Amino acid sequence: MHDEILLDVKNLSKSFILSRSLGDVINGRHPQVDAVNDINFTLKRGETIGVVGESGCGKTTLGRMLLKLIEPTSGSIDFGGEDISTLDRTDELAFRRRAQLVFQNPFDALNPHFTIRRSIYEPLVNTQVPEEQHDQLVADALVRVQMDRMLHLLDSYPHQLSGGQLQRVVLARALVLKPDFIVADEPVSMLDVSVRAGILNVLREVRDTMGLAAVFISHDLALVRYVCERTITMYMGSVVEDGPTKDVINRPLHPYTRALVQAVPVPNVIQSHEPLALTGNLPDARNPPPGCRFSDRCPLAEDICRQSRPPLRTVEQNRRVACFKVPEMTAGTA
Amino acid sequence: MLLSVKDLKIQYKTRTGIVHAVDGISFDVPEGKVVGIVGESGCGKTTAVRSLLRVMPPVASYAGGEIKFDGSDILKLSEREMNDLRWRDIAYIPQSAMNALDPVWRVGNQIIEVLTKRGGMKKAAAKLRAEELFAMVGLEKKRLRDYPHQFSGGMRQRASIALALALSPRLAIADEPVTALDVIIQRQVLDTFSRLQREFGLSVVLVTHDISVVAYVCDYVVVMYAGKIVEKGPVKDVLTSPSHAYTIGLYNAFPELSADEERELSPIEGGPPLLLNPPEGCRFRERCPFAQEICKQEPVEVQVGPEHFSLCHRAHEAAEMREQARDPAVWRGVVTA
Repeated sequence: MHDEILLDVKNLSKSFILSRSLGDVINGRHPQVDAVNDINFTLKRGETIGVVGESGCGKTTLGRMLLKLIEPTSGSIDFGGEDISTLDRTDELAFRRRAQLVFQNPFDALNPHFTIRRSIYEPLVNTQVPEEQHDQLVADALVRVQMDRMLHLLDSYPHQLSGGQLQRVVLARALVLKPDFIVADEPVSMLDVSVRAGILNVLREVRDTMGLAAVFISHDLALVRYVCERTITMYMGSVVEDGPTKDVINRPLHPYTRALVQAVPVPNVIQSHEPLALTGNLPDARNPPPGCRFSDRCPLAEDICRQSRPPLRTVEQNRRVACFKVPEMTAGTA
Repeated sequence: MLLSVKDLKIQYKTRTGIVHAVDGISFDVPEGKVVGIVGESGCGKTTAVRSLLRVMPPVASYAGGEIKFDGSDILKLSEREMNDLRWRDIAYIPQSAMNALDPVWRVGNQIIEVLTKRGGMKKAAAKLRAEELFAMVGLEKKRLRDYPHQFSGGMRQRASIALALALSPRLAIADEPVTALDVIIQRQVLDTFSRLQREFGLSVVLVTHDISVVAYVCDYVVVMYAGKIVEKGPVKDVLTSPSHAYTIGLYNAFPELSADEERELSPIEGGPPLLLNPPEGCRFRERCPFAQEICKQEPVEVQVGPEHFSLCHRAHEAAEMREQARDPAVWRGVVTA
């Protein structure tokens, strides 16, 4: 149903310049970390895409660039056909209305001096939505996050609410402007398992009913699977795999994705205790290994992997992977 | 039995009254086993395990019960005897490894300090022991010279495990040791625990809110809710046939990688009761879709398996409850606040 491309990310990169130590100055080095490295993907209207990877793989940096919260070093992001880096003030305001962020930690994301009511109304005021629409929009948002039965909480302050309730408020605040696009950065990682399910259900319903495009950032594939149709795996700033969530989880192509799938524990006593097909720790981002960045931890690595970087190529319909060891077009299995 | 807790009660004195944070819990930790304590935030897990070491905030006090470690009652020891026990016999692994290590000291020196000051070792021997400890948790010995900020989160967590195990304790208490970590590092840390248990016979009390972590490493599990133990037993029995409505609920709220695609998760609506004035009868009653009139009475522990106990009036109907609980509609609209 959704074919129109909402977000088009081209060759997106972000490097952070680190402070130079005395040794760096003497040796003329300019240390930097390539947090996001030449990422390309498109997001269709109404599509939800999960971005998974270890901490430090650049997924949060990516999410923030998509919302124009940090400027990319190079590359472009087109949102609804317009390059977001060249928006003027009025267009930027319109963009802010259409693209919203859901924070990771609901305990920090709300102003403790504001009532819940004020926090939810705030985006409407900030983006100059006509005042007569406010009440209706807020009421709609509260229904979406299933807080319409908890209206008495509106005049409370954040410290009086539980984590699950706070995260609903954070979601309501992001949805109140009826955005076309949200970035949810680990939206449930701070919550108890029992309330996590409630938030995930809200996200799923919002996806189905609002036709919202979303980027859902998480390290846990089980969560991504629950809300996203498509999944991107990131490793050290680059996309290593991209495909429909179902395929990525059931038949991961990249050895790193395979390790991620394997690492998710299940609430079941009968589970595989075979060792992770992955060794060592995340390499130092200032000196990434040459060739494939995963080569020093990869059980399949060969000489070619250590010499050149595998490009992200299409191997099956809708599936891309950056690995030399994946055969061209895994014949007809798609 | 290495550790045996009987009817332990802990109270917090606050301005508004007495909070019964831990209200009569009993559980055992056999030698060489990993016991998991699960429950939501605020159910008393941290209070319970910290009390095992007698480290509690000043407002907290013991209100009854006993804690027997290797036969002697911890609550009757003098502060001096207790200090001898801490770290040497019972070690503590904190949740936030970021804060557990001193940022201005090399990690190796922090371990060596413990070994020389507490363990009475010579510096050279302590150095070797530190290398051994690092090898035990899967870290390279050259990293002993690093500062904590040079470590990643998982390495820091493993370093703090090495630090806790420096004096070869018999019991390690780990409070949410993997909660802040991502799945791959979580797996590596959990594997470290399994290996230490297997190779060194370490006993562990592991606090977590994640039943999948329990399923992965624990031998026994204790499920806490609102200051009480609602279910306990061998992991295999509790997870394959949960016999308390709360445990069943936790299970259904959990997103599984292998589960049926369309299966809807069922959140347990509402939140745990305030322990200032806990409700009479079963404390889970108000959030429980299976609550009946009888649940207004105080439940008693019933045995449902060889070592498997449940604090639920309807434990004998657990099989039916499990069946019904699969339908997410059952869990909807239970709480009407």
